[in-house]
Amino acid sequence: MPQNPFFWWAGLLAALLLAPLLLGVINKTKACFVGRQGPSLLQPYYNLHKLFRRGCIRTTVSCGPLAWAPGIELSALLLAVLFLPYANQLSPFAFAGDAFFFAYLLGLGRFALIIGALDTGSSFEGMGASREVQFSALTEGALFAVIGFLAFASRSLNLSEMLSCPLPSNIPTVIAAVILAAGIAFIIMLVENCRVPFDDPETHLELTMIHEAMILDYSGPDLGFILYSAALKLWLMTALVVLMLLPGDLAPPGVLFILHLLGIFLGGVVIGAIEAVSARFRFLKLPQFLLGALCTALIALALTVIGTGGGLQ
Amino acid sequence: MTATTLTINNATAVPMQEVPSLPVNDFRDTLLELVQQQEHRVSAFFGLPASPAGLGLELVAVLNHPEDGNCKLARTVVKDSFLSLTPECPAFHWFERELAEQYYLEIPGHPWLKPIRFQPPLPGSGGSKTTTTIPNLTVGDTDYFTLEGEACHEVAVGPVHAGVIEPGHFRFQCLGEDVYSLEISLGYQHRGLEKMLLGGPDRRTLHLLATASGDSSIASTTAYAQLCESLDHTLQPEPEALLLRGIAAELERLANHVGDLGALAGDVAFLSTAAFCGRLRGEFLNMTAEICGNRFGRYLVCPGGVNMAFTPAQARKVLTWLQRVMSDVDNALELLFESATVLDRFEGTGTVSTAAARELGLVGPAARACGVNLDLRHTHPYGCYTLSAPAQAADSAGDVLARASVRRQEIAASAAWLREQLAGWQKENRRHRSTPRLAPDMIAVSLVEAWRGEMCHVAITDADGTFRRYKIVDPSFHNWFGLAMSMRGEQISHFPICNKSFNLSYCGHDL
Repeated sequence: MPQNPFFWWAGLLAALLLAPLLLGVINKTKACFVGRQGPSLLQPYYNLHKLFRRGCIRTTVSCGPLAWAPGIELSALLLAVLFLPYANQLSPFAFAGDAFFFAYLLGLGRFALIIGALDTGSSFEGMGASREVQFSALTEGALFAVIGFLAFASRSLNLSEMLSCPLPSNIPTVIAAVILAAGIAFIIMLVENCRVPFDDPETHLELTMIHEAMILDYSGPDLGFILYSAALKLWLMTALVVLMLLPGDLAPPGVLFILHLLGIFLGGVVIGAIEAVSARFRFLKLPQFLLGALCTALIALALTVIGTGGGLQ
Repeated sequence: MTATTLTINNATAVPMQEVPSLPVNDFRDTLLELVQQQEHRVSAFFGLPASPAGLGLELVAVLNHPEDGNCKLARTVVKDSFLSLTPECPAFHWFERELAEQYYLEIPGHPWLKPIRFQPPLPGSGGSKTTTTIPNLTVGDTDYFTLEGEACHEVAVGPVHAGVIEPGHFRFQCLGEDVYSLEISLGYQHRGLEKMLLGGPDRRTLHLLATASGDSSIASTTAYAQLCESLDHTLQPEPEALLLRGIAAELERLANHVGDLGALAGDVAFLSTAAFCGRLRGEFLNMTAEICGNRFGRYLVCPGGVNMAFTPAQARKVLTWLQRVMSDVDNALELLFESATVLDRFEGTGTVSTAAARELGLVGPAARACGVNLDLRHTHPYGCYTLSAPAQAADSAGDVLARASVRRQEIAASAAWLREQLAGWQKENRRHRSTPRLAPDMIAVSLVEAWRGEMCHVAITDADGTFRRYKIVDPSFHNWFGLAMSMRGEQISHFPICNKSFNLSYCGHDL
């Protein structure tokens, strides 16, 4: 597999710069589906620009976490971006076990937001935090089942190798398993990024919010940090799905880089399309759905074990 | 045996002294008997200072039976206290709370006597001035139900909400995600409408009623016009004027129902119908503007007829417009009602039982969705509905889906009726403008089926033919408690769609 570090660095830069554009693509797709013109593709950038020029208003009853949370969230995400093998090029920061580091960096960001939300003492934010914890506990199981599958299929605990190595694609059960696992990763991505049908990022109804309820008290640059982190997280998780489906030996790095970007924006179009045609699920349905996702991920793992004859070499 | 009540038709007036004035105990027994045994509805129950002054407070009850087609009036005079009817008959709950705050009337036995609007008392309120029933008038500052224990928590929503909607305060007592009880506290929109109407009709009256609840302008001004016409026999609206009122009323119904279904779709993040219905609601409002120049139909209806002439050419224009818009509406609603994810959210959510709907006296689409057969256009026909009325909608499940489906049926029925009436519009109506001169010492009752349900206006004139009391009972007044009931045991995240499925008026309630 030819390696070209230039394209990894280009991929990192693209993640940092283009993450808000992915949100723009999703919103534009939704608007097109329902016959509206919709906001400009660049609207998320305008929003961030607006927020960073503003002052912060913070509640006086906070004992600290409210102010730290956005910084921790953003730092966690900025660390996490270093470990994905963009365009199937190995990350220079990769180490064995970095898949867990990656997963728990996302977890750390979430934890910071939850503590910040509880810090406000608001009933809306408390409800949001409680829901976030409940659903992320279930999502985490599915996420680790997918990581386990990838580790098994690639014989590696290193995220870069897991996602960029050519899988033994001559074994049909493994191909089926990859598609299953990518599907589950897509669902995890929707849940983690509060997309319809699991959550509604556009709602103004506090009582129905999950993620959004936790950030009701933030304003100005604090909110800008959180929104930018959220965009970055969406980009990372979409990239994860794309990398799972994109075999590393398909093309030279330059072409892979283009395919990688196209794949991510295609992911945005798919998310937008789902949001346009589907209503949001009931809360009671989410645990069932997430446990189903966990089971499916375990099936993918089992298929790989059977397909490759079992056992790490 | 002397009659205990006086029976009159909808939109008619009788001299006040013909209404039998009963001793308090007989009055209570009569009301209980009619509501509990004979399935009557409480349309209005209100007070006014007894005349001559100093006697105490006169209580007037207006009941109606869904199948009789008429109204029953009864009255009594109390000094400063009235034994509550609510424990036996929940339909009086809100009315008695209103009475207690409007006239400082003591109502012993009421289970939860607190202000509904936090309004200052009306002129001439009798009773003992030392009453402690209503200690303060800061809106929303009162006792609420509380729940104590490890697992329960309280969520307070409003009065300032996210989004451009009216103010109201909602207190949820929750066990985790489940709502144990919801208490609704209103009054933020109170502006003293009933007080301002005293001494009328004058130049402000029509304006005040057109804005009683801005989205029900046609219904409200129609109710007022009917009262004036029953109290002043020189005002006889021509049939075309009555029909134009009906056309405007159905357009009002269409605009609001379409808007509500779109809002319901928006709340479950079903974008296509939400986006379409938002636009389509505007089309119906613009049709109303084509008729009278105002998108909400303000000042179209006036005592004696209508304020605008509607030509056959305009009727043809609105007819083709309506046909075009209705095909879009059908598409948007088909999308909504055929989407499995949407039906899953609506079905079985926010259920109100038929028994609860009857006991609380729910009205309009909310009642029809619970299997209660109520529609004044059919049961107490008035104006053009005496000739023909849109088909009545019905459902029985009592959940959000039933309320949505009743609205969908009513959209289809109103549109079909409108097509028929617009196609038959042959001659231009006359514009009417006059100041009503009302007969003295009369009581008049006017019931109108607004898009939210039964709207009841009662006027009592004094010796000079001006309003001694003008009572407005908006449909929302009956239905707010239905919303609270629909949330019992429901998931708190379902509140927005329950709320939208009722879509009640804050300002119509607060007056």
